[in-house]
Amino acid sequence: MTQPVIEARGIVNQFGAQRVHDGLDLTVLSGEIFGIVGGSGSGKSVLLNTILGLRRPQAGEVRIEGTDITRLDDAALRELKTIYGVTFQAGALFSSLTVLQNVQLPMLEHLDLGERALQELAMLKVRLVGLPADAAQKYPAQLSGGMIKRAALARALALDPRLLFLDEPTSGLDPIGAAAFDELLVGLQRELALTVVMITHDLDSIFRTCNRVGVIVDRKMVSGDLASIAANPHPWIQAYFHGDRARRFGAGHGA
Amino acid sequence: MSLREARRDSALCLSVEGAWTARRVGALEPAVLALDFSGLRQLEIDCREVVTLDLSGAWLLYDLEKRATAAGLSVSYLGDRPPTVRLVAQTLSHDGESVVTRLERPLQPVTALGRSVIDRWQAALSGLAFLGETALRFARGFLDPRVWRPISIARHVYETGIHAIPIVALIAFLISVIIAYMGAQQLQKFGADIFVVDLVTVGVLRELGVLLTAIIVAGRSGSAFAAEIGAMRLNQEVDALKATGVEPIEVLILPRWIGLVIALPLLTVIADAVGVLGGALLCHYLLDMPLVQYFQRVEESVAEFTFWAGLVKAPVFALLIAGSGTYRGLQVRGSSRELGRLTTVAVVQSIFLVILADALFAVLFMEMGI
Repeated sequence: MTQPVIEARGIVNQFGAQRVHDGLDLTVLSGEIFGIVGGSGSGKSVLLNTILGLRRPQAGEVRIEGTDITRLDDAALRELKTIYGVTFQAGALFSSLTVLQNVQLPMLEHLDLGERALQELAMLKVRLVGLPADAAQKYPAQLSGGMIKRAALARALALDPRLLFLDEPTSGLDPIGAAAFDELLVGLQRELALTVVMITHDLDSIFRTCNRVGVIVDRKMVSGDLASIAANPHPWIQAYFHGDRARRFGAGHGA
Repeated sequence: MSLREARRDSALCLSVEGAWTARRVGALEPAVLALDFSGLRQLEIDCREVVTLDLSGAWLLYDLEKRATAAGLSVSYLGDRPPTVRLVAQTLSHDGESVVTRLERPLQPVTALGRSVIDRWQAALSGLAFLGETALRFARGFLDPRVWRPISIARHVYETGIHAIPIVALIAFLISVIIAYMGAQQLQKFGADIFVVDLVTVGVLRELGVLLTAIIVAGRSGSAFAAEIGAMRLNQEVDALKATGVEPIEVLILPRWIGLVIALPLLTVIADAVGVLGGALLCHYLLDMPLVQYFQRVEESVAEFTFWAGLVKAPVFALLIAGSGTYRGLQVRGSSRELGRLTTVAVVQSIFLVILADALFAVLFMEMGI
């Protein structure tokens, strides 16, 4: 429970003269749901891309299960990508494939499965995220926003990853749909012993799911459990956790 | 070994060992499928030695349970049933059968024919409706000139016209060189070198200048129109325009049509000029024809209407290219594959329409005696 799965030290990301991260540290422990919070443009998605190995930082190291991924070659990176699953903000489902084919794509790329196993395993993942069986044959354009998020989660789970990255999984969902998604996520995390890193703006979602949160402020990360973060004196964090919209949580969460 | 069998009388005991993970399912499945249940009444699965059992591995065990049960065996676990297997069973048992692959029933020939006729008829109607709506919008501009957004039109003239000048000029030059060269080879045999000039000028001015320009523009701008508008549709930008109370036809379609109708004739003039110059260069160096003589002959060979007979086609071609490009772009729905397909359709269709219209013009001009 306490050994770090992801350890990032001193990350520097820079676009031209604009420095997005300046010596950012991040630790994610095994079996936790870690929320990443930050203002728009604070570099949450850039950080995610750095951890995923899609972007090499200008300085610093990112260790996933002990391997520094900033120094890996392409073949080793490809291998690494089978241990994690990712969902992107808008779903990023392949629009010319059905939901079932979307889930099968990583399996076809990385696993050597027979036709029957391919069908059944993909269907298992579709059902696991709470989609009805007939959704499997639909194209992304025929799905609602909530179903797209679930289908994206099914694709992220295709290879049975130990590590799951979610980029704003509940954005664009109605509160009830978002709550149902969070419930699904917590259930899956417990059943499959996943480690989850989640970027989100949704305060409800954070309180429902996250064990710890990391806030990107001033190009660095402040992380800790919910109570200690909410007590942090930084003005942005105070505004985020104690603004008008957060007030209703004040009593319930001891913040 | 990751699967060990032990048989006692009518009971089979399976020891599951090592890693049962997604990566190994492909290798493990044949061994599990090869198990023979005949003459057995009991299956015991021992998962106590398993190192990792993820969801895919658990599915394999669940599948084994299911097949054993179907064969009349009673299934039990030594130790606990692993939680992942329980999760798989829960997930898949909700409403019975798992994979529903519905194949579309092939249509009967007559039904298929009828449906395609109806589809085509409806496509023709919707194309006509699009044309009519655009024409109406354009006509409204006479009452309210703001409908013709001049800045937007200027941008399209710049992108479809000015940017295309280098490639159009280069192609016109090369084509006139080819015609002059091939003509010279034949006509020299008869000592009729001077008629190379007629060949180049009449050929380029009446036909090739405008035709090649239109084909290049169809490839450049017809595809760009379809892709731009199609991507805007996928992005819901077209819906956003409508919701803002802005008519997409007015801001997306009309400026492109008008812009191209302005740009294509101008490009044609450039192509004509470069073509005639290219012919001059070749005649001068290959046939040792003095440039003065070349241009004298150009003046003689060009009839009153030669240049105009070519140029008058340009706006018509422009409408055909802009029309099919924008129309196909608006048809994009749903997926990025549609975008690619309709962009292709737009280019192929506009080139086809341009050549068809050119043939009709040829007949028309002949009947008119031009």
